[in-house]
Amino acid sequence: MSTSSSSSSSSSSSTTTGSLSRRRSTPVDSGLGWLDDRLGVAKGGRIFMDKIFPDHWSFLLGEIALYSFVVLLATGVFLTLYFVPSAAQTVYHGVYKPLDGVKMSEAYASSVNISFAVRSGLVIRQMHHWAADVFIGSIAVHMCRIFFTGAFRKPRELNWIVGVSLLFLAIVNGFLGYSLPDDLISGTGIRIAYSILLSIPLVGSYLATLVFGGVFPGDGSIIPRFFILHVLILPAIIAGLIGAHLFMLVRQKHTQFPGHGRTEDNVVGSPMFPTFMAKTTGFLFMVTGVLWALGGLAQINPIWQFGPYVPYKISYAVQPDWYMGWLDGAMRIMPSWEFAGFGHTIPFMVFLPGVLFPGLTSILFIFWPFIEQKLTGDRAEHHLLDRPRDRPRRTAVGAAFLAFYFMLFCASSTDVLANFFQVSLNVVLWTFRFVVFIVPIIVGLFTYRICLDMTGVSHVGKRKRAVLIVRSATGEYTTVDTEARPGDGHHELEPMLVPGFIEGLDGDGAEGGEPGVRRVVRRP
Amino acid sequence: MSDVTTDEPGGLAEGHAPKEPLPLASFDDPHLQPLAKQPARAEGVVGILLLLGLLGFAAYGAVYWVGGQPQVEGISLGVGLFCFGFGLSAWGKYLLPQGPFMEKRHKLASSDDERAAMAAAIVERGGMMVKRRSFLGGILGIGGAVMGVVLAFPLLRSLGPVPAKTFDVTNWHKGSRLVDNLGRPVHVADLEVGGSLTVFPEGYTSEEAMAVDQTILIRVAGPDVDVVTEPSRATWGPDGYLAFSKVCTHAGCPVGLFQHQTLQLLCPCHQSLFNVGQGRPATNVFGPAPRPLPQLPLYVDESGFLRSQAGYDQPIGPGFWERTTT
Repeated sequence: MSTSSSSSSSSSSSTTTGSLSRRRSTPVDSGLGWLDDRLGVAKGGRIFMDKIFPDHWSFLLGEIALYSFVVLLATGVFLTLYFVPSAAQTVYHGVYKPLDGVKMSEAYASSVNISFAVRSGLVIRQMHHWAADVFIGSIAVHMCRIFFTGAFRKPRELNWIVGVSLLFLAIVNGFLGYSLPDDLISGTGIRIAYSILLSIPLVGSYLATLVFGGVFPGDGSIIPRFFILHVLILPAIIAGLIGAHLFMLVRQKHTQFPGHGRTEDNVVGSPMFPTFMAKTTGFLFMVTGVLWALGGLAQINPIWQFGPYVPYKISYAVQPDWYMGWLDGAMRIMPSWEFAGFGHTIPFMVFLPGVLFPGLTSILFIFWPFIEQKLTGDRAEHHLLDRPRDRPRRTAVGAAFLAFYFMLFCASSTDVLANFFQVSLNVVLWTFRFVVFIVPIIVGLFTYRICLDMTGVSHVGKRKRAVLIVRSATGEYTTVDTEARPGDGHHELEPMLVPGFIEGLDGDGAEGGEPGVRRVVRRP
Repeated sequence: MSDVTTDEPGGLAEGHAPKEPLPLASFDDPHLQPLAKQPARAEGVVGILLLLGLLGFAAYGAVYWVGGQPQVEGISLGVGLFCFGFGLSAWGKYLLPQGPFMEKRHKLASSDDERAAMAAAIVERGGMMVKRRSFLGGILGIGGAVMGVVLAFPLLRSLGPVPAKTFDVTNWHKGSRLVDNLGRPVHVADLEVGGSLTVFPEGYTSEEAMAVDQTILIRVAGPDVDVVTEPSRATWGPDGYLAFSKVCTHAGCPVGLFQHQTLQLLCPCHQSLFNVGQGRPATNVFGPAPRPLPQLPLYVDESGFLRSQAGYDQPIGPGFWERTTT
């Protein structure tokens, strides 16, 4: 019996036949046989179960997004059972006494009710909001991973486009979602969205009145319209695109970092069943657990403090949710350029940051794989990932863009910053108008320099091992490698195909051992 | 099973890697050993984690049963789910075969023949459909286009009214009495110098009307002072009162903050700042707002209530394509 780590293809076929014939039939065999006779699932099913998923912590980022979406669907269904998507006015007489007798929309009243009168409602409402934030955040970070490691290169350009679309759809759906409670802050956001629609040349006023059912606030149809977009249309598109995203992932197989035994022609990692399934299902529970704990412990969007939306009221420090911050920041630092003449007006100070800028951003993101192909001339297929430092120019460009959007994000809190640092709003605003362009350039140049300096460092795909410094009795210092951590030996074995059959499980030749318990001496 | 497949053990191998037997491993192959150095201990840890999860679920159930409390609900079920998941993940990572396993990448692209065949199917077989049938094709194309256009009618046009002149008008007219949000008329003695109030034209109390008509009334001087923001508006500010549209000319937020010491109106949304007062017709001095706030001409009637001399002389609020220059 071979204990070598070579691929099992060296095993003789007679052994395989023997193992097959000696297999005891189990209830699974007969059940599977019944299904296989009708659907032919055994072959494809086993190939699917043998599917390899490479291990790297950064590959979990997309899973966080996926599981946040699962949580969003589950909590969202719960919320729809109690939310009333109506702008009809009502007078609140619920359990939250500070709002007793206040006139408000049904949407706001039902949101307050979910928070106070539905058991576990507050936790699930806050969990939904947290899950949305985590969903968009993890998509953004996942996208950074894809970008900096070059995972968008051929043949994965289409999946990159699907991913970018998911990011923007998620942002739009997030905005629609936090607009639904019709509180003072979200209502102000809807008002700004109306002005952004209005700013579009030629069709703006038509678009705005059609969408809102009249001049703002319209005939009260905006809440039900946002609602159906938020709970049905966009989630359906997002779910479909996630399906396409995963289908392409399965079809093209996952990328992997270079390392021992990993080539452009294979994928090294854990099999779908049961290893990956156990790990990823556990991870689903972990993400859900964190979101649930956040929903219970970390207050988010306390709408009952903001009060219902009243068109002539406004509060201090009006900020959108964080993922809209880059747009709000752009709105704030934009100079007051409005072009008028020939009987027409183009409110460029809203149209540029509100429409053109996000439009250009999405186009740039979508076309990035092709832009890079054009710039580098590299049109080959890639399945091994780049280390960011090995692609200093791409990394520098990415870092500069991140800095740009982060600066815009910071610019959406000019008022808060001015207040906090006790400087004039004027100074803060003008600082941002420059900083938004200067900081990305500096960040890009620094990143480029750092990448060049780091390129020489080796240890690709190796885990760091601690080194003990030992002083002997004579005062001499020596370094000793510490014992390998679990998983270190893992990388030193040659990868093997997932075995179809495991020999000796039934006790023949196993010397009574239990698989998975008996230790085998590993090569150092 | 045919003779050919019996030669290839299992007969199932063709999908995995053609002409290769299904891989087989001995149970003591190092790839199949768990990652944990001490599996028994790892098993104990996993067991404890799963039990903690179970305890968390039970705790949540108990909290819910006795009436619920958001923080305790959050911590019980949150910790429960996390531990349960952590246990399962640890089971997968430390107690299942460590690998590393691999699969081969097969070429995604089809063979040249297959490509050519598909292209031929589209161009040639598909071509047979339209060849010498360009008339039918034309009707099909035009019909599809017309269908698309007419289907857009209910999708778009039914949504709401077209704007017409609605952007130009507010409900302020000659003689409109200024009332507060509860409909109480504003008397000339109501505001102190430095005070401000949101006012509406009397008789228009719906939320839709208030959104458009909202006007900020400020008092910058005492009685008998006519505040002249610009020469052509000599009589617009009687008894120290000034009124401006409260809808910001930038993005339409209510310009809610009157700073009476600096005589400025501030929009909290994007920090547009407007100078008001003697010789200061709500000029935009800072921030993204492109135009001054329109001013409402006021007068004091014989019983001392504030009224508007006329409506606004220009469209209020943010700019739009049809807005004529003033």
